[in-house]
Amino acid sequence: MNITLDLIVFAVLALFIVVSSILAVTTKRILRAATYLLFVLFGTAGIYFQLNYSFLGAVQLLIYAGGITVLYVFSILLTSSEGDQAEKLKKGKFIAGLAATLAALGICLFVMLKHKFLSPVFEHGELPVREIGHALMSAEKYGYVLPFEVISVLLLACIIGGIMIARKR
Amino acid sequence: MFDFGIITNWIHTQLTAVMSEGAAVFLECVIIGICLLLLYVVIAIIMIYMERKVCAAFQCRLGPVRVGPWGSIQVICDVFKMLTKEIITIRHSDKFLYNLAPYIVILASVMAFACIPISRGLEILDFNVGVLFFMAASSIGIVGILLAGWSSNSKYSLIGAMRSGAQMISYELSVGLSILTIVVLTDTMQFSEIVMRQADGWFIFKGHIPAVIAFVIYLIAGNAEVNRGPFDLPEAESELTAGYHTEYSGMHFGLFYVAEFVNLFIISGIAATIFLGGWMPLHIPGLDGFNAVMDAIPGFIWFFAKAFFIVWLLMWIKWTFPRLRIDQILTLEWKYLVPIGLLNLLLMVIVVVFKLHF
Repeated sequence: MNITLDLIVFAVLALFIVVSSILAVTTKRILRAATYLLFVLFGTAGIYFQLNYSFLGAVQLLIYAGGITVLYVFSILLTSSEGDQAEKLKKGKFIAGLAATLAALGICLFVMLKHKFLSPVFEHGELPVREIGHALMSAEKYGYVLPFEVISVLLLACIIGGIMIARKR
Repeated sequence: MFDFGIITNWIHTQLTAVMSEGAAVFLECVIIGICLLLLYVVIAIIMIYMERKVCAAFQCRLGPVRVGPWGSIQVICDVFKMLTKEIITIRHSDKFLYNLAPYIVILASVMAFACIPISRGLEILDFNVGVLFFMAASSIGIVGILLAGWSSNSKYSLIGAMRSGAQMISYELSVGLSILTIVVLTDTMQFSEIVMRQADGWFIFKGHIPAVIAFVIYLIAGNAEVNRGPFDLPEAESELTAGYHTEYSGMHFGLFYVAEFVNLFIISGIAATIFLGGWMPLHIPGLDGFNAVMDAIPGFIWFFAKAFFIVWLLMWIKWTFPRLRIDQILTLEWKYLVPIGLLNLLLMVIVVVFKLHF
């Protein structure tokens, strides 16, 4: 196995993601956790870019890093007071969490090592946006128009719900 | 037009001749990163000098005149002054986030800056989802501003950051809608392709009415998104001291300051690229002699001329209009610009479907 630039980039990204994820769950301050989560999302976007799927990478940055993290930070700023620190974990909870994590890791590793992957048939170069757009809006086989519409109805319901809650009586 | 791709390809072949492909790509990435940061700094310095001179002109003053001819070295001296200043650390603040926040803002700004095509063959990030990536990159800066406000442990900073964040999130929508209007017209999201499609007329002429409306909306929303002009509430000195960067000093403040100015340039550069043809010279179909004369001017001069023209336009707006209140800012966006933008998008779709554009 020879070391290529691709491999090094992947290793750096993977290390970055792992370290940030661990920091995100171990830190005591909630805003720092949100920041580490932002780093994890950056790393994931980096992996998408490395796979040459720049559409998903850009969407990851736009929706998760630019949207959801901002939402988290905003709600933290509005609700928690300064110097808010997480209380210390009880021993039982800590052990239960650790066991669940290790079990999940075991299952993932088992599935990944057991599974016979198809030989990588990469089409180098970017996927044209036109193709993605047609796939999203087509009703044929491998078309995503139904989930697309269902999600838009869900979002509409969320908007109306938000207005109902925020409205002054 | 001269294609800079020839030079970059030549460098690539020379490098691969002496080293492996991977090492060459790595070296090229490092060189391009350094060039990008250098260009970033140079543009920031030019922008700050321009701001001071234009502001002075609008207020019937002279502006900086002492250091260098016409005060041209003043800004460079200011940069060195800023670099030597002490970085004050605040007690009872979250030090990690406090030090991190300016770099997130700069990261977002540099990433957006890398999307702009400067001349033919001089594109750094040229994805075929370039427009989407640009919007994604510029939306990250909000996180940095919110973190800066929170971690400073000061009420002024926090209120400034909240206002700034709310304003930027809102106006991002209008920027996106007006860019989308042009994407409908071009059916591509790649910046280099968008420029190439304007060879027979810039989009502001080709798309006529909806393109002009989109251009105006883009200028207003872009101005608000970079927290400038009549929308610089985050920095309203009299009520909030300096907004989210009240507590910052030295180069950390400098980073916010530089990012703000370069963001203004980025907004103008994107406006120049998608509405005014980017590096594409002014071509009028039919007049071949005129087109040949225009082609003689290099692409990057066209680009910088257009971009700085829009910068000047935005500075004119900034020093002319009084500041808005926060509720007026949000009303303008949600009750006027977004509905107009959506209708304008529909109008552009009608124009494209019935082939009413040039």
